[in-house]
Amino acid sequence: MAVPSPTIEILRPPAERMRSVAEIAARHSGDVDREGRFPQEAVDALKAERLMSVMVPKRFGGEGLSLLETAELCTILGQACGSTAMIYAMHQIKASSLVSHGGSSPWHAGFMRDLVDEQYLLASATTEGGIGGDLRNSICAVHVADGRFTLEKDATVISYGLYADAILVTCRRAPDAQSSDQSMVVVKRGDYTLDKTTGWDTLGMRGTCSEGFRLVSAGDAAQIFPQPFSEIAAQSMLSASHILWGAVWFGIAADAVARAQAYVRAAARKQPGSLPPGALRLAEVVAMLQDMKASVVAGVVRYEAAMNRPDALSSMGFAAEMNNLKITTSQRAAQIVTHAMLITGLSGYKNDTPFSVGRHLRDVTSAAIMISNDRILSNTSNLLLVSRFDTSLVN
Amino acid sequence: MRDRIRKLIAERKVVAVDVDTLSDTSDLYEAGLSSFASIQFMLALEDEFDIEFPERMLTRKTFASIEAIDRSIAELIGEQV
Ligand SMILES: Cc1cc2nc3c(=O)[nH]c(=O)nc-3n(C[C@H](O)[C@H](O)[C@H](O)COP(=O)(O)OP(=O)(O)OC[C@H]3O[C@@H](n4cnc5c(N)ncnc54)[C@H](O)[C@@H]3O)c2cc1C
Repeated sequence: MAVPSPTIEILRPPAERMRSVAEIAARHSGDVDREGRFPQEAVDALKAERLMSVMVPKRFGGEGLSLLETAELCTILGQACGSTAMIYAMHQIKASSLVSHGGSSPWHAGFMRDLVDEQYLLASATTEGGIGGDLRNSICAVHVADGRFTLEKDATVISYGLYADAILVTCRRAPDAQSSDQSMVVVKRGDYTLDKTTGWDTLGMRGTCSEGFRLVSAGDAAQIFPQPFSEIAAQSMLSASHILWGAVWFGIAADAVARAQAYVRAAARKQPGSLPPGALRLAEVVAMLQDMKASVVAGVVRYEAAMNRPDALSSMGFAAEMNNLKITTSQRAAQIVTHAMLITGLSGYKNDTPFSVGRHLRDVTSAAIMISNDRILSNTSNLLLVSRFDTSLVN
Repeated sequence: MRDRIRKLIAERKVVAVDVDTLSDTSDLYEAGLSSFASIQFMLALEDEFDIEFPERMLTRKTFASIEAIDRSIAELIGEQV
């Protein structure tokens, strides 16, 4: 069913619409986490508020929001429900690849218009059995004959795979291509079947429902992105992933700090005239939060300086900085939430108080393993054999 | 110079295919050049030609083909004299 399509002029500002969604997401976050279920109410609200297509350029009917504006939306939602915000971020990462690389391909341009009309939810299948989180290698290959493609993948993690309207799948460009010679294909609901292979009963991010599937698909060969995946990965996916993930983790950390602050203020009100225990730690954790915010914003500034310049986006210095953004924000988020728990004490440790930060803590532990930090560090250490860090403050 | 580049590609097993099957303009990434191998290869080129690739050359395009590498090295050697 198509979501009724008001003209952009009568839509409220995106951040305001996202705050309405965040209220709904917050109401269900406990249940989503406990049951490990898909946050259907919040995703329905995202679609009703037409927030799925905000990054699509205006010429295709979208709102043309920048990565920074989109990151802000992820942060607003992250303060309400980590899983819902991560789902939204992962969707926008896929949308950013369409926006950066799909405009010149008639099929992908048409798909962007459909995304606006239908408010599709886009999922990602990069992780593969036998490859793991090594994004830049595939075992499966797309077969093309007579203008049609077929593609099968042992996709060991597809977040919200069962609830998505389309999946962007990486694979080798052809059956005889090398493992690093990859393409990306948009497969739409109806083009594919998913046979569940693994479940998602996890410590945190329980609502992303990132189950494993055997994906079998077929469709029009035009659904394959014309650019090699290496370009898509370097020029849109890397920066969008690390910035929008960072924005989600920042939102989760910020909400944990808000709870810690509420706890300290409540204590201060009970004992006027004295600084409550925890106040000093609160000052400390707010400084950490500010530091994390600076990292995300600096990442966006770095991205905007390179934006629209494929060479700059494909440079090693850029890749190293985007990698570091992920390392820093994933580590910081976990430190900040742990700190918030020290401040809130048992009230934070319990799951049923206004100061609970258990869900936050469990959600942010996923950050370090969402593409393992060790894998990213080893990739960066390789880059640093030739690339030097840019020591200017303004690139 | 292109012969020396070819020799290095073969010696260091930079790509997954026989270097003789590649033309000067063949895409090395399509021939299996990985990000890890490309950096090891850059270090080997720096050593072989006694050069240092500046930051602006550290992009995929610089190392996309034998011809592209040849052009970059020629530019760097030209700058030195
Ligand atoms: C919440 C969440 C949602 C996700 N959603 C999706 C999705 O929608 N689609 C999708 O495709 N994937 C998804 N993933 C999977 C993700 O993209 C990674 O594939 C996954 O996190 C595994 O990455 P990895 O590198 O740790 O695993 P593996 O590659 O299996 O590595 C396992 C372990 O080996 C070590 N290791 C591996 N390589 C190296 C190296 N080079 N150097 C040092 N150590 C190394 C690390 O300790 C690593 O943890 C999701 C993951 C999470 C946590």
